[in-house]
Amino acid sequence: MAKITFDGIEVEVPDGTTILNAARQIGGGIVPPAMCYYTPLKGSGGKCRACLVRVAAGSAKDPRPMPKLVASCVTPVQDGMIVENTISEQVMNVRKGIVEMLLINHPLDCPVCDQAGECDLQNFAFEHGVSTTRYEEDRRTFEKIDIGPLIQLHMTRCILCYRCVYTADQIAEGDRVHGVLGRGDAAEIGTYIENIIDNDFSGNVIDVCPVGALTDKTFRFKQRVWFTKPVDAHRECENPKCCGRVVLWYKGKDVLRVTARKNVYGEVKEWICNTCRFEKKETADWVLEGPAHIDRSSVISANHYELPVVNPQVIADLPESTMRDLEQNPPLKLGSS
Amino acid sequence: MGRKLLTEHINVEGIDTFEVYRKHGGYRSVEKALKTMTPDEVVEEVKKSGLRGRGGAGFPTGMKWSFLAKPEGVPRYLVCNADESEPGTFKDRQLMSKLPHLLIEGMITSSYALGAKTSYIYIRGELLYVLRILEKAIAEAYAAGFLGKNILGSGYDLDLHVHPGGGAYICGEETALLESLEGKRGNPRNKPPFPAVQGLYARPTVVNNVESIAAVPVIVNDGGDEYAKIGVGRSTGTKLISACGHLNKPGIYEIELGVPVEEFIYSDEYCGGIWKGRDLKAVVAGGSSVPILPKELILKTAAGEPRLMTYESLSDGGFVTGTMLGSGGFIAMDETTCIVRNTWNFSRFYHHESCGQCSPCREGTGWLEKVLHRLEFGHGHMQDIDLLVSVAKQIEGNTICPLGEAAAWPVAAAVRHFRDEFEWHVTNPQEATRPGAVFPGKAVLA
Repeated sequence: MAKITFDGIEVEVPDGTTILNAARQIGGGIVPPAMCYYTPLKGSGGKCRACLVRVAAGSAKDPRPMPKLVASCVTPVQDGMIVENTISEQVMNVRKGIVEMLLINHPLDCPVCDQAGECDLQNFAFEHGVSTTRYEEDRRTFEKIDIGPLIQLHMTRCILCYRCVYTADQIAEGDRVHGVLGRGDAAEIGTYIENIIDNDFSGNVIDVCPVGALTDKTFRFKQRVWFTKPVDAHRECENPKCCGRVVLWYKGKDVLRVTARKNVYGEVKEWICNTCRFEKKETADWVLEGPAHIDRSSVISANHYELPVVNPQVIADLPESTMRDLEQNPPLKLGSS
Repeated sequence: MGRKLLTEHINVEGIDTFEVYRKHGGYRSVEKALKTMTPDEVVEEVKKSGLRGRGGAGFPTGMKWSFLAKPEGVPRYLVCNADESEPGTFKDRQLMSKLPHLLIEGMITSSYALGAKTSYIYIRGELLYVLRILEKAIAEAYAAGFLGKNILGSGYDLDLHVHPGGGAYICGEETALLESLEGKRGNPRNKPPFPAVQGLYARPTVVNNVESIAAVPVIVNDGGDEYAKIGVGRSTGTKLISACGHLNKPGIYEIELGVPVEEFIYSDEYCGGIWKGRDLKAVVAGGSSVPILPKELILKTAAGEPRLMTYESLSDGGFVTGTMLGSGGFIAMDETTCIVRNTWNFSRFYHHESCGQCSPCREGTGWLEKVLHRLEFGHGHMQDIDLLVSVAKQIEGNTICPLGEAAAWPVAAAVRHFRDEFEWHVTNPQEATRPGAVFPGKAVLA
């Protein structure tokens, strides 16, 4: 076990845990944002640089600070490490810069984007960005790319997080036909000569996409997500690799969309197959469990506020200054699914 | 005349053949190491020599070797980084094409020291002719019993492969190089884990520059202490400098570390001064990625001391008034050089070569290039100059690999030392963008 201090809060985690996951054990608004890291996807992380933190002391053995900011999602903790995130001005400034970089080629078309309300970049920019940009050159644009009847790839919005590539690689088991083509700012997600993405689990790339680059063709523009009602449901899926546990997104009596369940960090823990996602859109197909929990900070939860729940042990150990901060900015729910 | 440790025999006819190389004392270090020394003793000699990595970072080679994890029953690898492709740096190419056996000898001795049974030379794909020279030399070394099973009856086995890369600058970054060597797209890996723990095929690996490995035979033959006597302070031994630009005698020079920069530029033994009798304007001392310095600061430090060709002296003053020895790519620019155009040109390179994995580098290198393009072609605004510094700062230190710094440093340094010239491009666009226009002012001394 390693004991680290994250923004003044001590937390003990198993050896090998990353700084980000250690912070997630504390939870709340101090957790660094992550645009490319995705816990279930091996090899993900380290690319978007959104989660950079300052390591003020490397470990108890070697208390020197690390010379550069480190990506918290891929850097393991060391016993005695002191990490600064929200309390470091340098980190906050760098994050502004990262938002600005990411928004160079990502259009601010939230009003027409299907991901609005569920977009990690939207949240990231809202929390860390500035309202103007200094970029005045031409942005890159793309023709629409056809990758099959179920998934829409809109490269203009892609931020090259590689999550969909890892998903296809690890969930589709060798059936991956898409990947990153080109280099530098000419890099893009594409398929091998306009191949279609055709795999039982291909729909999961929609769930992992942090922005609106990969969206569900069977749902696109049918409804804004905050006008729908999410309900947890499950069914006995014939596909042994599919968990069959989903969220149904209702508008009135109609199921408009089916997605896998995500945790508070937007991560899917259990994958669902395309049959569940795209073909089972009748209430009769499912056993309903009840309203899905949506975090209160999300626009989807408009008018569904709940009292925050915080781990009592963590509360007891919090310094006074952090408590004041928490009162002003209530934390996210812990351990919610 | 300075001593030549690596290039002493470079002009001997047929030195690229095993026979002639051997006649001139070649492969003595292999005999000495394998027959009379333990691997740890070889590492110790390299540590004593104070040899610092010649690829650019200048990290002590012996220390790097001692970091190598040595779990039992697990293979270890030595990989030679011959993916030289930084603008202004062209020393390894010469070393390999003229003295292939020196590198091979160094690879054998170093591999023995590290306990590697298989080693690789990862060479830039464009250098196909050098690849063929190396392959021929490796075949000769196998035939002579210096490679393969039971080398010189010592019981030590080594296989050496030379592997051409795909021609991407980023593949010179050690972890991208390992990815490429494994047959994947050459994208840098996140560190940790470091290659010394998980490198090639997730095994402990040492990645060294060609020149570093070529220095190992000299160190083993003469002893680390002898090697350490050459040079100044912590900059020991000799260094190959590839000098180019507006010099009377551009070329590759082996210098003893510690030669004054002024002597290197103006003496007839080295570059012979600036061409056409012009004045020196600026120097990029260690390959295009290091900060540019104006004449006044490259010849003398901010304290007025003569600047020496050493790691310490060149970096004296940090990035405010100093630079880096880097890979030894010495680019001299005369008084007619347009610094804005030169910076834009460097920036074009880094924009083109960014792998696109991490956001600051992918987006930032392109942004820098576009702003510089605007300034160079007379469409810039005054605030663009500060924008360049700000964007460079946003990239620097925030990327997966050092390409971010390589793209940011030259831009930040050019603005720092030549801001007047950038402003002139904004205030006098017609004059500044005229072909052959020369900035009438002087560099700003930081």
